[in-house]
Amino acid sequence: MEATLNALARPVRQKTHWTERIAHLGLVGIAVLLLFFLALPLGAILIKSVENKSGELVWIANFIDYAKTPSLLGSLWNSTWVSLLVTLITVPLAFAFAYALNRSCMPFKRLFRGITLIPLLAPSLLSAISLIYWFGNQGVLKTALQAFGVNQIYGATGIVIAECFSVFPHALMILVTALSLADARLYEAADALGTRAVRKFFTVTLPGAKYGLISAALVTFTLVVTDFGIPKVIGGNFNVLATDVFKLVIGQQDFAKGSVVAFLLLSPAVLTFAVDHFVSRKQTAMLTARAVPYRPSPSRRFDASMTAYCALIACLMLAMLGMAIFASFATFWPYNLTPSLKHYTYGLIDNEVAEGFVNSLKMAFGTATIGTAMVFTGAYLLEKTKGASLLRAPVRLLAMLPMAVPGLVLGLGYIFFFNAPSNPLNGLYHTITLLTLCTIVHFYTTGHLTATTALKALDGEFESVGASLKVPWYKTFFRVTLPICTPALVDIARYFFVNAMTTISAVVFLYSPDNKVASIAILNMDEAGEISPAAAMAVLIAAICALATLLFTALGWWVDRRTQAWRGGAR
Amino acid sequence: MTAEPFLLLRDIHKQFGAFTALSGINLDIQKGEFVCFLGPSGCGKTTLLRIIAGLETQSSGAVLQNGRDISRLPPAERDYGIVFQSYALFPNLSVADNVAYGLVNRKVPREQINQRVTELVKLVGLPGSENKYPSQLSGGQQQRIALARALATSPGLLLLDEPLSALDALERVRLRQEIRTLQQKLGVTTIMVTHDQEEALSLADRIVVMNHGVIEQVGSAMDVYREPTSPFVADFVGKVNVLPGRIKDGHLHVGTFALALQQAQGAARDVKIYLRPEDVLARPSVGSNATFPAGDPHVFDAVIEKIEFLGSFCHVHVRTQALAPHKLIVYLSLNFLSEQALAVDSALKLRLLPERLRLF
Repeated sequence: MEATLNALARPVRQKTHWTERIAHLGLVGIAVLLLFFLALPLGAILIKSVENKSGELVWIANFIDYAKTPSLLGSLWNSTWVSLLVTLITVPLAFAFAYALNRSCMPFKRLFRGITLIPLLAPSLLSAISLIYWFGNQGVLKTALQAFGVNQIYGATGIVIAECFSVFPHALMILVTALSLADARLYEAADALGTRAVRKFFTVTLPGAKYGLISAALVTFTLVVTDFGIPKVIGGNFNVLATDVFKLVIGQQDFAKGSVVAFLLLSPAVLTFAVDHFVSRKQTAMLTARAVPYRPSPSRRFDASMTAYCALIACLMLAMLGMAIFASFATFWPYNLTPSLKHYTYGLIDNEVAEGFVNSLKMAFGTATIGTAMVFTGAYLLEKTKGASLLRAPVRLLAMLPMAVPGLVLGLGYIFFFNAPSNPLNGLYHTITLLTLCTIVHFYTTGHLTATTALKALDGEFESVGASLKVPWYKTFFRVTLPICTPALVDIARYFFVNAMTTISAVVFLYSPDNKVASIAILNMDEAGEISPAAAMAVLIAAICALATLLFTALGWWVDRRTQAWRGGAR
Repeated sequence: MTAEPFLLLRDIHKQFGAFTALSGINLDIQKGEFVCFLGPSGCGKTTLLRIIAGLETQSSGAVLQNGRDISRLPPAERDYGIVFQSYALFPNLSVADNVAYGLVNRKVPREQINQRVTELVKLVGLPGSENKYPSQLSGGQQQRIALARALATSPGLLLLDEPLSALDALERVRLRQEIRTLQQKLGVTTIMVTHDQEEALSLADRIVVMNHGVIEQVGSAMDVYREPTSPFVADFVGKVNVLPGRIKDGHLHVGTFALALQQAQGAARDVKIYLRPEDVLARPSVGSNATFPAGDPHVFDAVIEKIEFLGSFCHVHVRTQALAPHKLIVYLSLNFLSEQALAVDSALKLRLLPERLRLF
């Protein structure tokens, strides 16, 4: 009896096989990396926000100080209304575009979809540079702008237009997904009841896309609030939160106020993250496995008007990219428009940015390889191994956290944490390694989710079979899991590569004159008035990203073909 | 049962938070036996199998295999092969590589591995499929390969977790006979989890009927079917009529019957009577040479209310004055029904087999 009681008090614990200890060690490694390169830097912001300049605890004094500075409050107001305006413009436009893609029989759907992805291939400020060429002081359409009663493009006008372009693909992606979740049977039921088209739209379509609209609006708002490149290039004297952080921290070295602004930037992102998490759970519950996918039927007038609308949007997108390309080749804007390679050669070399370009490539390769390996290993250890249960919840949380942290805030945290002389990791500061790690962490969540989805699709018993056959998990990992998940790996690597090439927000705090990266070089050239080389650089980045996307797609296709034998008809 | 059991489960208890998945599980399994864990979903049968495999850890209790305490050993240090409902074949490896998966790790020479693979693939009836990929095989074929993979390392114990559930009806019956033949040929001790009573009855040397985390009964197929020790077992295994009755003065009173039964001793009480549909004999009501002898107290008249056609046999629903208002389902062959020209509203004579009644 006593023995039974003892047994009940202390549950039987399985002995840990030595191979599992390797897995636990791996998990500890991931946890440590995320702790040092995510949690602690964010903690550093928290600490700085309640300290004064000499490091004494002052509680909320910094926040009160901030609220008493009219110029800073002005930026808060500016950021808010600009972001709201962009959201109000972009979400309906993107919704109409997504509606056309999903619910009409218009031709060239893939082409239209492809064109809208262009802004993702370049740093967000490419559209700002283009706008300057279109409507700036020496812009081709400056007079047209003035005819609308707008004096100049620099300032709120420019920011709003440029942001609309750069966030459009993000909003579109969410809305396309939301609209593709429709259940055709609802429409059949509505038709059977003789419902008119307008009523169908308001009673079936809109409610169905409700969560998508919420999430698109929140994502748009957050992206605009936290974007740094566009307001920097085209904002003129119009101050927003993102530019304030930079001025406060880099310009005035006022870490206290800077961290307060960081908090303000963090709040919409955290809100978005929380709402999105809630919404995505609701949304998956909405579509049951038995739903019948909606198939649009041709309707000449509707399809034609949708084609016209999408063509218009696509033309605007192309005009943005086209102007940057054109201007980057123009010999001396606006006086001599003869094409030349001058800005690509002299312009870039004079500014010593060829080196920056090499640095960018190094960073992008590093992010794509190390990041993919880290993200996939982390997701695998979380999903498919057992034990070390105390570590799992915190690692899961840390893997999801970067989604809620804007790049500017992360970069700021890195300064506070790694620049502290007392930190033994101080040596990393201003190195490409730190830039790479920062970028990996910045974009960790999307990669983590892709890997997790791919792993969850695998039979949960592979590891059990392996163990019963006395094959250690890492052999099963390399022989089975990794080959099956190659398409997901290619996807993650492409995502990391493109984002590492185009990111500005986090790295703007971390580069040093010795290791500038290409996207930062654009900012610096623009500031120095070298706008043509800046355009050339932006175009070059877009070209590399487009090329990389093509290469990754080809790689994916090649993998798919090589594995056709065993994937069989399943794909 | 004098030999030392091959597998011993002692006081196995498993707790998931506030939910008790298993409690007080004690079981001995002999070498070479084929045992089925049978029960409804959520009864703990799969959890018990996974504890034996080391894929779950019991909250308390011990597992001994071949005289060795394996209670705390990780799966890799135990000796078993396992087959899952989902097959869990590695899709990117050929049939040969799947079967050889456990052999390659044991530093067996390549030649020997190939030989073993050929032998196993032949054993499960799929010779020549070595170079195919799992996606090119049917469900039943994939499960055969999974079986070959589990047997490749000649484990002392074979664990089957609902291996037939994902297959269509025909394939299921075919494969279950093959599994039985193979098991007898190799003499490997086998535990199979299933919720399909027909599967358990046709395959197992012994059936372990489980419900709500406890073992309800352990016995041969015949024991479990003919002599269920609990209402749950009677109800879960096979079809059964349940009638209310009362024991009084050494007799079982049900409807108009007063049956003098061995089981009806003791104090007066209400009981539930469990009666299998085939434990009622039927004869035509009139005009036949083969009727029941006159004056048999267990014979009663009945009228057919509904005939549920099941193929060669039918479930015939009857009403009878003798048991009113309760109705009875009896199991009659299609031949009998057509020979005697019985249809809905026909009358017939039935006879209870009192020794087959189970009282709870």
